[in-house]
Amino acid sequence: MAIDKIWVLAEHADGAPTPVTLELLTEARTVGSTVEAVAWGPDVAALAGPLGEYGATTVYDVGDIGEVLPGVPVAAAMAELIKGGNTPDAILFAQSYEGRDIAGRLSAKLDKPVLTNVTGLVASDGGLSSEHPIFGGNEIVTAKFTGDGPGIFVIRAKSFAAEPGGGGAATVTAAAVPDVAATNTAKVVARHVEERSGPKLDEAAVVVSGGRGLGEAANYEWIEELAKLLHGAAGASRAIVDAGWVPYSHQVGQTGKTVKPNVYVACGISGATQHLVGMKGSKNIVAINKDQEAPIFSVADLGIVGDVHKVLPALIEQLKAKG
Amino acid sequence: MNVVVCVKQIPDPAAPGALKPDTHTLDRSGKLIMDDSDNYGVEMALQLASGEGDEVTLVSMAPGGETSGLRTGLAMGAAKAILISDDALAGSDALGTAKVLAAAIGRANPDLVVMATESTDGYTGTLPVQVAELMGLPSVTFAKAIKVDGSSVSVERQTEAGYDEVTVPMPAVVTVTAGVVEPRYPSFKGIMAAKSKPVDNLTVADLGIDASQVGAAGAGQEITNVAPAEARGAGEIVVDEGDGAQRIVAFLEQLKVV
Repeated sequence: MAIDKIWVLAEHADGAPTPVTLELLTEARTVGSTVEAVAWGPDVAALAGPLGEYGATTVYDVGDIGEVLPGVPVAAAMAELIKGGNTPDAILFAQSYEGRDIAGRLSAKLDKPVLTNVTGLVASDGGLSSEHPIFGGNEIVTAKFTGDGPGIFVIRAKSFAAEPGGGGAATVTAAAVPDVAATNTAKVVARHVEERSGPKLDEAAVVVSGGRGLGEAANYEWIEELAKLLHGAAGASRAIVDAGWVPYSHQVGQTGKTVKPNVYVACGISGATQHLVGMKGSKNIVAINKDQEAPIFSVADLGIVGDVHKVLPALIEQLKAKG
Repeated sequence: MNVVVCVKQIPDPAAPGALKPDTHTLDRSGKLIMDDSDNYGVEMALQLASGEGDEVTLVSMAPGGETSGLRTGLAMGAAKAILISDDALAGSDALGTAKVLAAAIGRANPDLVVMATESTDGYTGTLPVQVAELMGLPSVTFAKAIKVDGSSVSVERQTEAGYDEVTVPMPAVVTVTAGVVEPRYPSFKGIMAAKSKPVDNLTVADLGIDASQVGAAGAGQEITNVAPAEARGAGEIVVDEGDGAQRIVAFLEQLKVV
C-alpha cells in the first residue's frame, strides 16, 4: 500500500478547525503527497483557508447535517466518494467522540479494519505503519494493515505538532449524503455547555488533577485553588468524574483529554493506564499519593509519598505566602 | 423489552499483561473475568428491563468456552447468555469481532443493545458502532444517563463541551460510560442462581459466518513490532516528613513556574 493520497476528517468548533485536526493535516503532509479534508456543517467553505494553510488541497463538504449525530451521515458520504472511485490510501481520524463514531461506521461500510489509539505514523516502502502505546505506555506496538486501502487510523490528540505549510485555500467540493434514513435517527434535542474558568485543560502550561485520594468531592476545592495559584487548569481522573464529583470536561486520560503541559501535578491519583496515557507526555510530573507502590510514581519526576489532605493545604498556604 | 448487553471476558487488569511472543496478541490463557467496564452496562440494562416480561441477555465472545465472566453478569440478574467460542476466532480484530457479535445479537431480537464505551484491555472504542452499522441500527455513544420513553431512548451523551441530550428510536445501540449508573454486587442468591441459568454455546458456523472473515485469517492488520517505550528518567520519590509541600515549591521554583 504505497501512500499517495491521505484524507483527514476535519472537525471544527467556533468556526475554526480543532487543534487535533491541524495536527493530523500536518502529519498527513509528512507521510503522504496529496492531503484532502472531509468536513461537515453549515459553512464548510469558511474552513477552506485554514485547512489549506495546513496542507489540504481539497475539502469535501458533507454540508449541513442538521441536528443529528454525525457518525452515520458523514461516514456514508465518505463511503459514497470511495465507492465512486475516489479512494485515499489512508484516512486519519482524531480519537474524539465524533472521530470514533465516523471511523467505526466507515470501517463496517467499507469492510476495512481500523487501527485506533495511534500515537505515531511511519511511512515506509511497505506502506504506512502506526504506533500504539500499550500496558500504560510502557511498550509501543507497531502495526499495519495487510489488505488494500484505505487504511483507517484513529489518532490520539497531541501525537504530532501542528505547523502550517503555507498552502492556499482548499478547493471546496460537495460530498453528498446518500439515503441513510434507517440509521440516521439519533437526534440531538439539546446541547449543554459546562462552563469552566481559566485556561483550557488541553492548552494550559500547568495542569493540577485530583483523584479518589481526595476522599470527597468537597476537597476538589484544593485542586481548583492550586490550579489558580499556578495559573493552570484543573483536571481529574476518570474515577472522580464517574463518581460525579466534577464534570466530564475535566477528565484527563484515555477517554478524556490528552494533556502535555510543562508541569502536571497529580494529587491522590494512583495512575491507572487509563489516566497515564492522557498525561504521560507532560514535561514535568509531580505526584502526591499515599501508596508508595502507586503506578503514578513510575512517571513522576518528583513523587511525594504522603497524604494529600496534609500536603495540599500546606502547599496552597506556602504558595499564597510567596504571593 | 429485550435488552442485550455485550460482555467482554478479559484477563484480570490487576495482573501484569503480556503479549504472546509469536502472534503479539494479548495472552488470554489465565483466568478471565468480566471487564469492569461491563458492570455498568449490565446494571443499566437490568434497571431498564425490570418490567413484566422484560429480559436481559448477555452476549460474549471468548476462547475456550469461557463463562466465568458471564456468570458474574448472570449473578447480577441477567436471564441468559449467548457465548460464541471457536478456535477460528483467535486473533480477530475489532471488525471481525463486530461481525460475530452482530450475528449473535441478532438472534436475541433486542429492542436495545448496551455496550461499554470501550474495553479495559483492548480499548479500540469502535466496536459498538461497527456492530450498529452491521446490524443497520442507529447508535448513541458515551451515554452518561439513559431513559426509555415508550419506543425511544433518551440519552445524555458526553461531548467536548459538556453533554448533549439525544433521542433515538428503538431498536438502537447505546454505549455507556462508568458514570451511567452504580452497579450492584451480585448477591449470594444471585450467584447460586447464575449457575443454572442457560448459556447458549455457538460456533462461527452456527452463526453462518465464513471462518475466513474472522480470526487472524480475517484480520486486515498485523503487529510488526513490539518495543519498550522510551522510559522517563527516574524521578525523585520521597516520603513526606512534613516537608512535602516545601519540596514541591522548590521543584516549581526550579522550573520557574513560581
